[in-house]
Amino acid sequence: MELLTILLDMANAYMGAGIGAGIAAIGAGIGIGRIGGSALESMARQPESTGDIRANMIVAAALVEGAAFFGIIVCLLIVLTIA
Amino acid sequence: MIIKEVGARLLTFMVPFMTTFFAFAEHGTPIEGTKEKFNAGEVIMHHVMDNHEIHIGPLHIPLPVILYSNDRGLDMFSSSNISSGKPYLGYVMEHEKIYFVGANGEVSKDINGHINASKPLDLSITKTVFGMFLTMGIMLFVFISIANTYKKREGKAPKGMQSLFEPLILFVSDEIAKPSIGKKYKKFLPFLLTIFFFIWIGNMLGLIPFLGGFNVTGNIAVALVMAFFTFLLTIANGNKDYWMHILWTPGVPWWLKVPIPLMFVIEFIGFISKPVVLTLRLFANITAGHIIILSFVSLIFIFNNLYGAGGGYGVSLLSLAFSIFMFAIELLVAFLQAYVFTLLSALYFGSAVEEHEHAH
Repeated sequence: MELLTILLDMANAYMGAGIGAGIAAIGAGIGIGRIGGSALESMARQPESTGDIRANMIVAAALVEGAAFFGIIVCLLIVLTIA
Repeated sequence: MIIKEVGARLLTFMVPFMTTFFAFAEHGTPIEGTKEKFNAGEVIMHHVMDNHEIHIGPLHIPLPVILYSNDRGLDMFSSSNISSGKPYLGYVMEHEKIYFVGANGEVSKDINGHINASKPLDLSITKTVFGMFLTMGIMLFVFISIANTYKKREGKAPKGMQSLFEPLILFVSDEIAKPSIGKKYKKFLPFLLTIFFFIWIGNMLGLIPFLGGFNVTGNIAVALVMAFFTFLLTIANGNKDYWMHILWTPGVPWWLKVPIPLMFVIEFIGFISKPVVLTLRLFANITAGHIIILSFVSLIFIFNNLYGAGGGYGVSLLSLAFSIFMFAIELLVAFLQAYVFTLLSALYFGSAVEEHEHAH
């Protein structure tokens, strides 16, 4: 019962939302960092395809950022709809 | 000498920075009778959500409220009548939502104080609707005049606004539509061009400070409708190969399809999630950008509450620097989100009209 009362405590919802938002940001950072890293590496290997790689890198970064935003929106919903 | 100078500069830079270590967001409602404190969460939410009036600088321009209900029919009046929170003509507005007034003259609330009154159909011209009209007006003006210029200057080099928009239109046509859709790209080009420029201009409209703070594309309903149009168009243009891929995926062993249609469930989830993801990506990106910029500006007022006028002025330089930086990022995001939405719509159309040679 102790665990249940702790879990149902409203204040922990705020903390959970904060931690969730932070983890979403970490996920976005790791994902986009990897995209940027491999893009720069391939640009160094073949400088003439820099334009193509740059365009595809930006598209992939936007898609990964979309996934991070799902997490952010869920955390925002937690904070805003607490009764 | 140089070390001393660098050290002095570093210190003057760091001191305003270090005062932010003592900041914490204000939360909660002001007590009756005291001076209204700045409630950052409420102000930010108010600016990101829809409103029934526009604030252009210091002006408050009330917008028309249009309500429809079965028993009372159509009611139209200016929102200045209802914005104070007092009931008007049997309607009352709480937090920008309009409810019917109950029998006792007030809106009915349940035990916890939450409103459980019914609402009429709210077809008002709100700030977001007005922002959409503004975007449509800009697009109509620009593209109709460009089309007329093309007709008048047939065969001649482009001039004026035509030469500004021609590379953008060709960008959508040659870099987004043609590689993704293939031969039949011209059929989808009007839709793709429309949503590209609508999303881009709508995003930019939300970035102009002091001009009402429009949040057109950051409204989930607006993004949902555009994604729904993409969804409808893929369904309407799907050829036999497209539907076979969803219902009876070729090349997959039969035992994943016959007793329990696992393949169908997986494909169906992908089919449904595409418009949802398009909506959420656009809405979340734009709204999050607005919230971040508003938070940086609210920092000044939060510091005013904590440390008086000196704290407010002190942090204003830092807050301004961050706000300008975020505005620059948001300019990129405005174009990028339009590009990604249009690109993904083009890819979905491409997969719907794709002609396969079955090498499965």
